[in-house]
Amino acid sequence: MSVLVYTESEGGKFKKTAFEVASYAKEVATILGTTVTAVSINGGDSSELGSYGVDKVLQVTNDKLATFNAKAYANTIKQAVEKDGAEVVVVSSTTDSKFLAPLLSVHLNAGYASNVVALPESASPFKVKRTAFTNKAFNITEISTDVKVIGLSNNAFGLRENSGSAEAEVFEPSLVDADFDIEVTAVDKATDKVSIADAEIVVSGGRGLKGPENWAMIEELADVLGAATACSKPVSDMGWRPHGEHVGQTGKPVASNLYIAIGVSGAIQHLAGINASKVKVVINNDPEAPFFKAADYGVVGDAFEVVPKLIEKLKEFKSNNA
Amino acid sequence: MKILVCISHVPDTTSKINFIEGDTKFDTNGVQFVINPNDEFGLTRAMWFKEKQGASVDVVNVGGPETEPTLRKALAIGADNAIRVNTEATDGFYVARQLAKVVQEGGYDLVIAGRESIDYNGGMVPGMIAALTGTSFVNTCIGIEVEGDTATTIREIDGGKETSTVKLPLVVGGQKGLVEESDLRIPNMRGIMMARKKPLTVVDPIDANQETKAVQFEKPAPKGDVTLVDADNIDQLVELLHNEAKVI
Repeated sequence: MSVLVYTESEGGKFKKTAFEVASYAKEVATILGTTVTAVSINGGDSSELGSYGVDKVLQVTNDKLATFNAKAYANTIKQAVEKDGAEVVVVSSTTDSKFLAPLLSVHLNAGYASNVVALPESASPFKVKRTAFTNKAFNITEISTDVKVIGLSNNAFGLRENSGSAEAEVFEPSLVDADFDIEVTAVDKATDKVSIADAEIVVSGGRGLKGPENWAMIEELADVLGAATACSKPVSDMGWRPHGEHVGQTGKPVASNLYIAIGVSGAIQHLAGINASKVKVVINNDPEAPFFKAADYGVVGDAFEVVPKLIEKLKEFKSNNA
Repeated sequence: MKILVCISHVPDTTSKINFIEGDTKFDTNGVQFVINPNDEFGLTRAMWFKEKQGASVDVVNVGGPETEPTLRKALAIGADNAIRVNTEATDGFYVARQLAKVVQEGGYDLVIAGRESIDYNGGMVPGMIAALTGTSFVNTCIGIEVEGDTATTIREIDGGKETSTVKLPLVVGGQKGLVEESDLRIPNMRGIMMARKKPLTVVDPIDANQETKAVQFEKPAPKGDVTLVDADNIDQLVELLHNEAKVI
């Protein structure tokens, strides 16, 4: 028995979410009185996982798995689970992990709870808390299968340092040709920008910015903060910004540490999508905007005056705290 | 081309969410139900296939008789046939097993299901259907074209998008991007009249386990009041974010 965690990497380095799921897996293992095994596919330096409590790392190195393939990755993780006799499998909420988790669950005949935000409430029966109704509520989900798959919500648990031996072991899954049924022909990814899923800070603009030509200050603010940029639904519908930036109920969910909404009124669907963010700041010239009811900090004022000032103050702050 | 669109019957996006019976059940009182938005993008894309490439489009839902108006709406939008698997949709795995049977029996070339429903947000049904039926699968799909037996798909990845080719049959987890919000269709009177005559077949569920169960619901803790900062005193905002919120 063990807790198995899939630690995702990109370009041979572990993603931040890998350390978060490892931290979570360690705490689950403590509750269950067992150890943590990570499975790493063409991943980073295994010893890094030790700092978050991983005891053993099953290292897969295989050129066929150089790019993400949901079926082949799910199959690899499944074989790792079986080899290790894991009872609980933890994955993150990245797009790729959410892609492979349902496939993995079927292979393992395991109940799957996605968007989990806390440690299990009880181990027997196994109950976890997850978000539902697009962050308007939580539910406690009981998983009754022998093996359980948990999808941990990004930024829900944070990083917890721990010591583990992270003993590396070469793991060679048997890959089947049938899993390579999808051929990736092009990848279009801004490598110099922080993605909304990975970002600790997200800066979001709404219709109040009046037009796409006014986004330079949003991007500058994001740049100063090392943040990702996002937008409200009307902004993406009008084509001011790409769809990938649309956050809200039908767009991307945001679970950042800090969410700054500029010129966003705060429709219920928008608020639902960003509700999991820890600290919310609103800048809007309409004091009646619903966002003020959902925010922690608010500035009533013209974005075109407030944002440049904020950029300036943040730059000062940064140079003083560098 | 034979297309199946999986439809989830969900509370309208503006709904206030409340629970009853000791917070164990969703309070449907006064709630307007709609086609799950992620499914509606897929349904509209299916209509384009039908109109441009001559596809047939079935819609399916797992749910009780109360979900039929949602299926009728899909028929009014233009789907040809509706299927309702007559059982309560609770666990995603259970629902996927019901749908996998419909998929297997229907011999579909393309199955489109929303990447997640906006009520339970399980995000598992499309992938599980694919795995249960041994079909190719593309999740978070924001674009699809089909030529002959090959599909070209675009999927959203963190920070970008990825284009792939894959042979049919295929299951996709759909979302906005398959079509735009402005492409969504409101049923017209003719569509509504025609929908009444279109077949809506009710089928019995297969025996399957409920692997997960939502045993209790909770609403987020009420939020404290917003701290307002004067627009002429942005220093204070930076200070609060640093010292109080500790996020910068």
